[in-house]
This record gives sequence, structure tokens and C-alpha cells, in this order.
Amino acid sequence: MRYIEHEQVVKRMNGRLVANVIFKGIFLAATLLAILALVLLAYRIITQGAGHLSLDFLSNFSSRFPEKAGIKAALIGSLWLMAVVAPTSIILGVGSAIYLEEYAKKNKITSFIRINIANLAGVPSIVFGLLGLTIFVRAFALGNSILAAGFTMSLLILPVIIVAAQEAIRSVPGELREASLGMGATKWQTIVKIILPAAIPGILTGSILALSRAIGETAPLIVIGVPVIIQFLPAGVLDTFTALPIQIFDWASRPQQEFQTVAAAGIIVLMIFLLLMNSVAVIIRNKFQKRY
Amino acid sequence: MRTSVQEMIAQSKGKKNKKFMEKMIPVILFLIASVSVLTTIGIVVTLVVETITFFTRVSIADFLFGTTWLPFSNKEQLFGILPLIIGTLKVTLIAVIVAVPIGIASAIYLSEYASETVRRIVKPVLEVLAGVPTIVYGFFALTFVTPLLQSVFPEIKIFNAISPGIVVGIMIIPMIASLSEDAMSSVPKQIREGALAMGSTKFEVAWKITVPAALSGIIASIVLAVSRAIGETMIVSLAGGSTPKFNGDFTDSIQTMTAYIVQVSKGDAGYGTTIYYSIYAVGFTLFIFTMLMNILAGYVSKRFREEY
Amino acid sequence: MTMTIKAEKKKSATKLQEQGIKVPVYQTKELNLWYGEKHALKNIDLDINENEVTAIIGPSGCGKSTYIKTLNRMVELVPSVKTSGEILYRDRNIFSSDYQVEELRTRVGMVFQKPNPFPKSIYDNIAYGPRIHGIKNKKILDEIVEKSLRGAAIWDEVKDRLNENAYSISGGQQQRICIARALAIEPDVILMDEPTSALDPISTLKVEELVQELKEDYSIIIVTHNMQQAARISDKTAFFLNGEVIEFDETDAIFSNPSDKRTEDYISGRFG
Repeated sequence: MRYIEHEQVVKRMNGRLVANVIFKGIFLAATLLAILALVLLAYRIITQGAGHLSLDFLSNFSSRFPEKAGIKAALIGSLWLMAVVAPTSIILGVGSAIYLEEYAKKNKITSFIRINIANLAGVPSIVFGLLGLTIFVRAFALGNSILAAGFTMSLLILPVIIVAAQEAIRSVPGELREASLGMGATKWQTIVKIILPAAIPGILTGSILALSRAIGETAPLIVIGVPVIIQFLPAGVLDTFTALPIQIFDWASRPQQEFQTVAAAGIIVLMIFLLLMNSVAVIIRNKFQKRY
Repeated sequence: MRTSVQEMIAQSKGKKNKKFMEKMIPVILFLIASVSVLTTIGIVVTLVVETITFFTRVSIADFLFGTTWLPFSNKEQLFGILPLIIGTLKVTLIAVIVAVPIGIASAIYLSEYASETVRRIVKPVLEVLAGVPTIVYGFFALTFVTPLLQSVFPEIKIFNAISPGIVVGIMIIPMIASLSEDAMSSVPKQIREGALAMGSTKFEVAWKITVPAALSGIIASIVLAVSRAIGETMIVSLAGGSTPKFNGDFTDSIQTMTAYIVQVSKGDAGYGTTIYYSIYAVGFTLFIFTMLMNILAGYVSKRFREEY
Repeated sequence: MTMTIKAEKKKSATKLQEQGIKVPVYQTKELNLWYGEKHALKNIDLDINENEVTAIIGPSGCGKSTYIKTLNRMVELVPSVKTSGEILYRDRNIFSSDYQVEELRTRVGMVFQKPNPFPKSIYDNIAYGPRIHGIKNKKILDEIVEKSLRGAAIWDEVKDRLNENAYSISGGQQQRICIARALAIEPDVILMDEPTSALDPISTLKVEELVQELKEDYSIIIVTHNMQQAARISDKTAFFLNGEVIEFDETDAIFSNPSDKRTEDYISGRFG
């Protein structure tokens, strides 16, 4: 006895094929929608802000008058912030990754550290702001300085850098390690001379992507109390400062329509900043891919 | 006479500080690695201590069950967090409605239909979308999405839950799409071939084989994205408003937990005031919400992982 | 319309069979296949008969797997594949534009090198095919599942654990589940691509016995790298080398008296 009538199968075939085509269309449309959102966002911001972009915009301080408002303090402030965040977060991140990949024994403490890193990555950035406010701004009495903000941001992106560095270290072939140890090199010599050089492209790529996240982060800076209107440039890491996203937030929340244009121009500067960093990351990734 | 290499090695081996270094390095690295643990401890302690101070001034019951959030009142301050939670949930709900279907549909397209070339183009675009700072999304919500919504539905206010909800949704699409795509791509090729060889259409393979097989990963990606939406700050600060309300209206101004913290931080609520401590209580509540979500995501992907 | 013609053909085919004339299910004519620039199959001409086991042997890379995957057009999953010539399945060219692969593949089942059950329960694995073809009645599905599992000689081993995940059983059992899964849509032909290469000897024996039984109702084409297996279970054997069919004949003839020197060399183990 046959259960499956071939005629029935053929009859149903058309419906199934039509469903296949329709759903393929739906899935494709969804993908295009996500891309469209990006295009729309870029288009809106460029058309809104391009008119306000000029050398004056880059070299002026912010102002009550939209036509005079510039981004100098925020741009320089963000660079200062990076000068603190980059070394701090990379040293902490790569150090942690080396410990976890090369030294850590398989025990409860290690697995606790790993789980902790994964969970830390899921903590909202504004909560890091509260941490920074209590510890760095108040307990360490750093005030709303570059240092306080830089430390807070470093902790925020630390999990991302650790994970990227761990992956980079893990992808170094075991044979290289064995070859070095086999010649009588110590563990630390092997790490410094063999593993780190081989892992550096991966570490750099991951770190740059993490740093570009730090540049765009706004919430922790607001909580720390980073001011908006600053008419001078910081002279050192203990000075107060302002940063690109903070400046944009201030302009965007002003009621005057003209400031929207200024905010859009600020966003363009921020996005160019990020684009440059991402391109560097991509170049590093492509240049050093598949070496072994 | 020249010394041999082996002799030179023997000489340098004797140096004390090299041995010392080899012993110290792991200790130093361990201390560095413990910074991340200290950070977590710091977060928890900070939130708990300041929240306790807050509860010496406001009763826990009023905080947890009060339906009015009125911290800036001159007469009587009210700290019932429910309106802030409702505001957060409104935005999250809209975000999920936007992001889950689009994110999963793009994941299916990328993993089941797209050619290698298309995948190579689309995945970086999604990465860019994920890398756009939230302040930019916030600006987009306020100056584009809200006016657009208002032109279709005039009853929508300038600050509302829908516009930031949609944009938070756009923000978490890449997260759902790429994590779900990872889960689906890790379903072995032979399993798909088995289904295709039985006369399944690609849609049937995707819907009846790949998606169920990758379900734990897909659900985990959604939970993680929800956690991101709950903790999202700038979009809701710019486009959501600052009037917490205990109702089900999505068209009117709201306030989320995160937006409240921003509002207080922007102003000059002095150190030591009840308002100052209230941001820690709200932050702690937010922290618990997101932690629960993250733990749930980890549990789902572990507990329900398919074997193949 | 076409259906009645088909039914007629089927009827006349049975008649021919009664008279001892073999009816071809697959006729391959002048088949060429390229992976990009690589010419993987060259001028293949092969007729495969109903209710026979046809074995395809040859060294690795000779095109035997490519050929069997061409028979249900699974080979097209490789993006750069091009073909010329034709393959007639029941007198219809499978490459013609109005022939849907999905329809072809419901008539032609396939068993793969590595067992590839779906990550579902054993029951859902077997019921998958009937379900996509619109069978929803639980009672009928139960019957199909039992019949297919019996057909694949694994019913007794799994009847008490139908709701367990198909990955919880051994590799040999998984492979028979995959055979049962193919049987569940009541195919006409079963393609087997080295079905025992990932199995232990005992499981291999079971699958071989099964192939012998299935021959009664199905036409079977089996690719194998194991010459003893081909000799044991097949009626006809085709020897492939470098994308060409070197020799195709009754299995007994191929193994006892090969007409081509290269076949002889391969069978006697001089290369491969």
C-alpha cells in the first residue's frame, strides 16, 4: 500500500514553490530594509549637516549662536580621551588575555574570571558611568577630568579588548609556541618574542574597533559630569574637557531648529573620525590575514 | 679565545633577575586580569551602598510599587519606579517588534539564500550599522523618525515611545541578525543537504530544519538584544521625553530608567540629595534587569543547545 | 494528462519486465560536467535499470560521487557547476527547465556518506518527508514511520525511543534512520553515496543486507570505494576513472573477466 500519491505531490508542488519564492522575497526585503535604514540615516545627516561644515566649524569653540558654534573643544577633548583610553585599555586587556590564555590554570577562579568578563560586556554603559562617578570622580577625587572619564571608558571597553586579544592569541599556531619552548626559551620569552608579534594584527584590529566604540559613547560621560560649554583646551589629563558625543547631544537637545544643523555637522565629524579608525582596522586585518 | 654559544647561554641563565621575572610575570598578569573582576565588584558595591542610602530616605515598598515618579516636586517628592519601568518596557516592546522579525529574516536570508558575494557585502554593512554611536541614532529618531510618524499620525507627540522604540529596534537588528546567522551557519551543511535531497524547497529547509536546529542560539540573540534595548540610553533621552507616566499610551512622552539617570546627571542635583541617590537606585534596578537577561541568554544557549 | 500517460508507461513497463526485458530508470546521454574549469565528467553514457543494484566504483576523484549527485541534481549546490548532455529519468530530461528539482528529488531518495539525521526526534526525522508533502494525519504518519523503520530494518531497535533525538543513537543506527527517512517518501530510486564509509564493520554488514532487501522494491545506485562491497551486493558495476566510464557490465563479468586493462589493474589493487 502506498501512502504518498505522486499525483498529490506534484499538485502540491506549485504551492510549495510559490511559498519558497515569496519567503525568499520577504527575507531579502528584510535584509534590504536593514541596509536602507543605514542609507537613510547617512543621507539625512549628510544633507542636514554638510552645509554647516567648514574650517571655522572645526576651529571654533561652541557658542550660544548656532552660526558661530564650532567643535574644536570637543574634537581635541575626544583625542585627549583616546590618549588615556588607548594605553589603559590595551595594557589591561592584552595583559588579561595573556594571563587567561597562557598562564591561567583550569580552575574555579579562572572560569569565574571568564564568566565575569562575559557578563561585564552586557552591563549597560550608563551603569559604568555610575561606577566612574563614585570611584574615579569622587573616591579618587579626579573630578570630571580626562583621567576620570578615560578610566571609566577603559573599563567599559575592557571586555571587548580582552575577548579580541584572546582570540588573536589563540589563533597563533601551537607549533610556533612549541618550536620556541623546544629551543629552551622561557615562557615569557616565547610570549614576548613569538606569540605577541604573531597576534598583534588581531589585537590591534579588535582594540581599534573597541576604541571606536569608546569615542561614540555618550552616557557614561554625562553621568560623570563632563561639561558641555568649554571655551578652552585642556592642558593635561587632570583638566576638565568635553567630547564629541557630549557636544552633539547638547546641540541636538536644544530647541532651536538651527542647532539641529550644527548637531548634524558634529555627527559628520564624529562619523568621519570613526570611519578613519575602522578603515585602519580593516587595512590591518587585510594586510596580515592568512599568514600561516 | 671565543666562548661558544652554549657557554654564553649558560652565563646568561645564571642571572638572577631573569628567574625573578619569570616568577613575577604571572603574578602581575593575574593582577591585571583581576581588574575585570574588581570592576564587577565595584559596580555591585557602588550600586548597593548608594541604593541602601537611598532606602534610608525612601521606603523600598514606595520605590518598588509606587506608581508616581515625581522627584523634582517642590512639595512632596515621590519615587515610585513603576512609571520608569513602564517607559523602558514600552520602548523595548516596540524595539522587539521591529527588530526580531527583520533580524531573523535577514539572518535566514544570509545563511540560507545569499551567495558568498552578497554575504561579503551585507555583513560589513550590518557591522557598520552596529558601530553607529547611539547618539547618532538618537538624533535620527528625534529629527527624522518622529516628524515622519507625526505626518502620518498627527496624534503622536514630539516625545513618545514609538519613535525611540523603532530606532532602538534598528540599532539591535545587527545584533540579532549576526548572532542568529552564526547559530544557523553552524548547523552542518550535510543536514541541509539531507533535507534538500528529499525534495524540500529552500524555505522548507530554513523553516523546518535550520531554524529549529539553531533555535537556542536565535533565542539567546533575542534575549541579549532585549538586554541592550533595556540599557539603551541616548536614543530614549533624546526622543523619549522626560515625563514618566504609569499608563499604556505609546504616543505620549515617557521616561525610561536610563533617561532619568541622564536627566539628573545633566542637571545640578547636588551631591548627597535624595535625587542624587535615586540615580543609583534606578541604576541598580536597571542593572538587575540586564543581568537577568544576560544570565537567561547564557542559560538558553547552554541548556537547549542541539547536538549534531 | 501527463499523469495518465505516465501511468500507461508504467503499466507497459511492468509488462516488459514480465517478459524479462529490463526497463531503464535512468538513461545518461553524453553527460559532461565542469566545476569551473575542471572537466569532472566526460561523455558519460549509462543506462540504469529498474530493481537492480548498480554499483559505481573507482579511485577517489574519479567523478563517481559527482555522477551520483548529478542524478538528483544535488551537484548544483556547488556554485560554479556547468553541465551538458542529458539525463533521462523515466524518459524525462532532468535538466529541462520545466522539471523542478524538488519534484525529481521526491522520486529519488538519497543516503549520504556521513549519517546526517536532522537534529530532531527519530519520529520527526522519518515524518519530515511525508509532512512536507502535506500528510498531517497522525495515524497515517504513525503507519508511515513504522513501515519505513521496518523497511530499514531498525524498527525493533528504536521502537521504544521514537521521541529521542536522532543523535542519541549509534552512527550505524543513524545511517539506517537516514535510509528509513528516504524510504518514507516512497521513492522510486535510492542513491547511496558511500553509505558505509563512516560505519563500523557490523553496521556495514547490516546496511549491505538491507540494500539486498530494498532491491525488491527500489532501484538502487550505490557509490562505493570498497570493491568487495560492490562485488557482494550489486547486479551491475560501472568503473569510473578520471571522469570517464571505463567499463560498465554485469558485476560478475567485471570482477571475473574485465575487458579493460585499467579495470583489471584497479580491481586487482594495483592503484586507487
